[in-house]
Amino acid sequence: MKFLDYAPAPESQALLNLKSDYGLFINGDFTAGRGTPFQSINPATEQRIAMIATANETDVDAAVAAARHAYDGVWSRLSGSDRGKYLFRIARLVQERARELAVAETLDNGKPIKETRDVDIPLVAAWFFYYAGWADKLDHAGVGPNPASLGVAAQVIPWNFPLMMLAWKIAPALAAGNTVVLKPAETTSLTALLFAEILQQADLPAGVVNIITGDGSTGLALVNHPGINKVAFTGSTSVGRMIARSVAGTEKKLSLELGGKGANIVFDDAPIDQAVEGIVRGIFFNQGHVCCAGSRLLVQESIHDDVVDRLKRRMQTLRLGDPLDKNTDIGAINSAEQLARIRELSARGQQEGAERWSADCAIPENGFWFAPTIFTNVTTSHRIARDEIFGPVLSVLTFRTPAEAIAKANNTPYGLSAGIWSDKGSRILAVADKLRAGVIWANTFNQFDPSSPFGGYKESGYGREGGRHGLAAYLKPAVRSGSRSIAAADRVTPVSKKSASAGKKSASAEKAAK
Amino acid sequence: MTNSPLAADQPDQRALALIGGEATDANLRRYLHGIPGIDAVGLEARAADLGTRSIKTSSKRWAIDTIIGLIDLTTLEGADTPGKVRSLVAKALVPDPGDPGCPRVAAVCVYGDMVGAAVTALGSAHAAGGTEGINVAAVATAFPSGRASLAVKLADVHDAVAAGADEIDMVIDRGAFLAGRFGQVYDEIVAVKEVCRRADGTLAHLKVILETGELNTYDNVRRASWLAILAGADFIKTSTGKVAPAATLPVTLSMLEVVRDWHRLTGVRIGVKPAGGIRTSKDAIKYLVTVAETVGEEWLVPHLFRFGASSLLNDVLLQRQKMTTGHYSGPDYVTID
Repeated sequence: MKFLDYAPAPESQALLNLKSDYGLFINGDFTAGRGTPFQSINPATEQRIAMIATANETDVDAAVAAARHAYDGVWSRLSGSDRGKYLFRIARLVQERARELAVAETLDNGKPIKETRDVDIPLVAAWFFYYAGWADKLDHAGVGPNPASLGVAAQVIPWNFPLMMLAWKIAPALAAGNTVVLKPAETTSLTALLFAEILQQADLPAGVVNIITGDGSTGLALVNHPGINKVAFTGSTSVGRMIARSVAGTEKKLSLELGGKGANIVFDDAPIDQAVEGIVRGIFFNQGHVCCAGSRLLVQESIHDDVVDRLKRRMQTLRLGDPLDKNTDIGAINSAEQLARIRELSARGQQEGAERWSADCAIPENGFWFAPTIFTNVTTSHRIARDEIFGPVLSVLTFRTPAEAIAKANNTPYGLSAGIWSDKGSRILAVADKLRAGVIWANTFNQFDPSSPFGGYKESGYGREGGRHGLAAYLKPAVRSGSRSIAAADRVTPVSKKSASAGKKSASAEKAAK
Repeated sequence: MTNSPLAADQPDQRALALIGGEATDANLRRYLHGIPGIDAVGLEARAADLGTRSIKTSSKRWAIDTIIGLIDLTTLEGADTPGKVRSLVAKALVPDPGDPGCPRVAAVCVYGDMVGAAVTALGSAHAAGGTEGINVAAVATAFPSGRASLAVKLADVHDAVAAGADEIDMVIDRGAFLAGRFGQVYDEIVAVKEVCRRADGTLAHLKVILETGELNTYDNVRRASWLAILAGADFIKTSTGKVAPAATLPVTLSMLEVVRDWHRLTGVRIGVKPAGGIRTSKDAIKYLVTVAETVGEEWLVPHLFRFGASSLLNDVLLQRQKMTTGHYSGPDYVTID
């Protein structure tokens, strides 16, 4: 036998206790949806996992009404420390049920168990812990003293990190005192519904979080609903643009986290073996279904051949297959639709003259799969260097000088992420300073932490998630009614940049006090 | 396992061609500092990632037997006696008296003055560099510190080879390396290699111990690895076992990467020996995974990979018994050596 044909090491599904049908989670209870239910399948086997309800406009109304009621009646009246207690409780329950959530996420999404186990679910818990700590410290969130919550937040999330995106959205919203109606992606609703069970376990007051499932029309009905105060969306740029259009002219606050075409820049003095690891992590992590993926490799011409050679060798050790096997590196593509898009763009790359190379791996019979692939001889005018593929496909381009690297990295309508590989610290700082991307990693890639803000430039969206900035997206400055509260607020910050008149009032109030 | 005199001369010429001149401090510095650096965080993350591989059932069984066959069973104590060495050899020959099918270890590793005792104890089971039986490895060159004159170090090696050692585990002069006297380190390895030559012209196998715990940075480990290979090492070895930290997975990974690159460059395969601190089957399996996924599983043979260990063997035997019988036994069901 060959040692590298590791014997199967499948994670057990015994922990899972799935229902055959899932309803909508509205006002603390599961209710049947009024739309036509749809099936959620395992993309690795194409087998049905469960039937999922569809929320129609009446269901959306009910969910928004429940969220409004919970906001007015309970959540906006709770102290920050009490909201924090709920969030801490949710975080601990996520940790307790981590293995179960990891298995469910892998079944439903197709990503390997080692990623859901070591990345997705731990980050979900980390996000709740982090924002739990913020709940009673909102004065320091950067929007002035005693900030106010927005109200009801409508949140629409994508399928690439289902539960993690849920955590990124719900944790800061609740910490800031908002209530939520969340719609998971159509192909990955399962863990959001398990999360609803966790909310019941945590005794979260009814209506504070409502989870409605369905396709794009459900999402659209939600973001267009007149009863919401905030829209947070993560997904494609085209849908983001549609949402921005529909929200324009309303009072709704909006944050968008959209697509990307991240540049991973490797200079000739880079720590080469770690750079190769970073390239692999940048584009093959989560089958490349990562909005901040390093999908464009910009490598200095002098080391291009060596880097590509090392990269190909490394890619040969990637293990594609059963996502539940603990040794699987590359799982299934999330849907037939996404697989078709990856295939189409890859074919286009070949037509345009780029050189295609795929790792040699056996593709399972059922399910949706795409072998890790790189394209060399790619130029900036190729479509595969411009369009977001959202799959395990890397375009390799070269540069000669730092100025050229910066120009090429910035030459994209997107601006979400970038990576810089060099042993020279001063160069890393100088280049990072000139890149127009929301997140720039130095000698690493695809690292996430709740304390670090994340978001894009240009067509990658606006607003930040994570950190203090992510909290500010769910807050507004204190509502100033009555002169007493103005004076009290301004005494804390006597020199207010926000409003000169407030400063004057503060001065006169102090004079009066003397 | 034996090298012809010609093969021994070749690396030297190749090394000088690579360095671009004589093996002076300046030439070596230019060459070694031209090698890409290592990002410590990235290296450690990669090692940790390799450590998460799940090796089960038939793969685990293969791994357990392979580990036993790659062990240099070691005793390096001031209190060593011929009796202790006989006991060690007996354990090396029959690791598990309850299971005749249990593989033997690759070699026993002793101090130079115990080589004779080991050779005698092995008797007909002495492989003497062949593929059947067990080799005798001797630590030499004023092990573990290496703080002696070159003449003393060479005499140390000469005695061990004359007594029948098949493998010499030498230490580099870490002081000279850290002071930038790369030429001195290089020349010493070349000189030791020459003393490894036996009367019949064959050479004892040379393992070069870098003592990575004293080199401190991964960049130093990488440069010392290249230096040792350029100078003619057959094997690069992490540690003496007398300095903490001894072998770690990231350090071993970085050395395997050098060996991989050397193979790409020259087609020659160099061995790697992590030594010290590897005590459990679980840890040892992580090393097998790291070797297989970095340089390829053809490296998992005794002339290209070894574990320098003593207590590792019994933990592996316990795991082996567990796989055979289905239940765990305990420390009294494996023999002490």
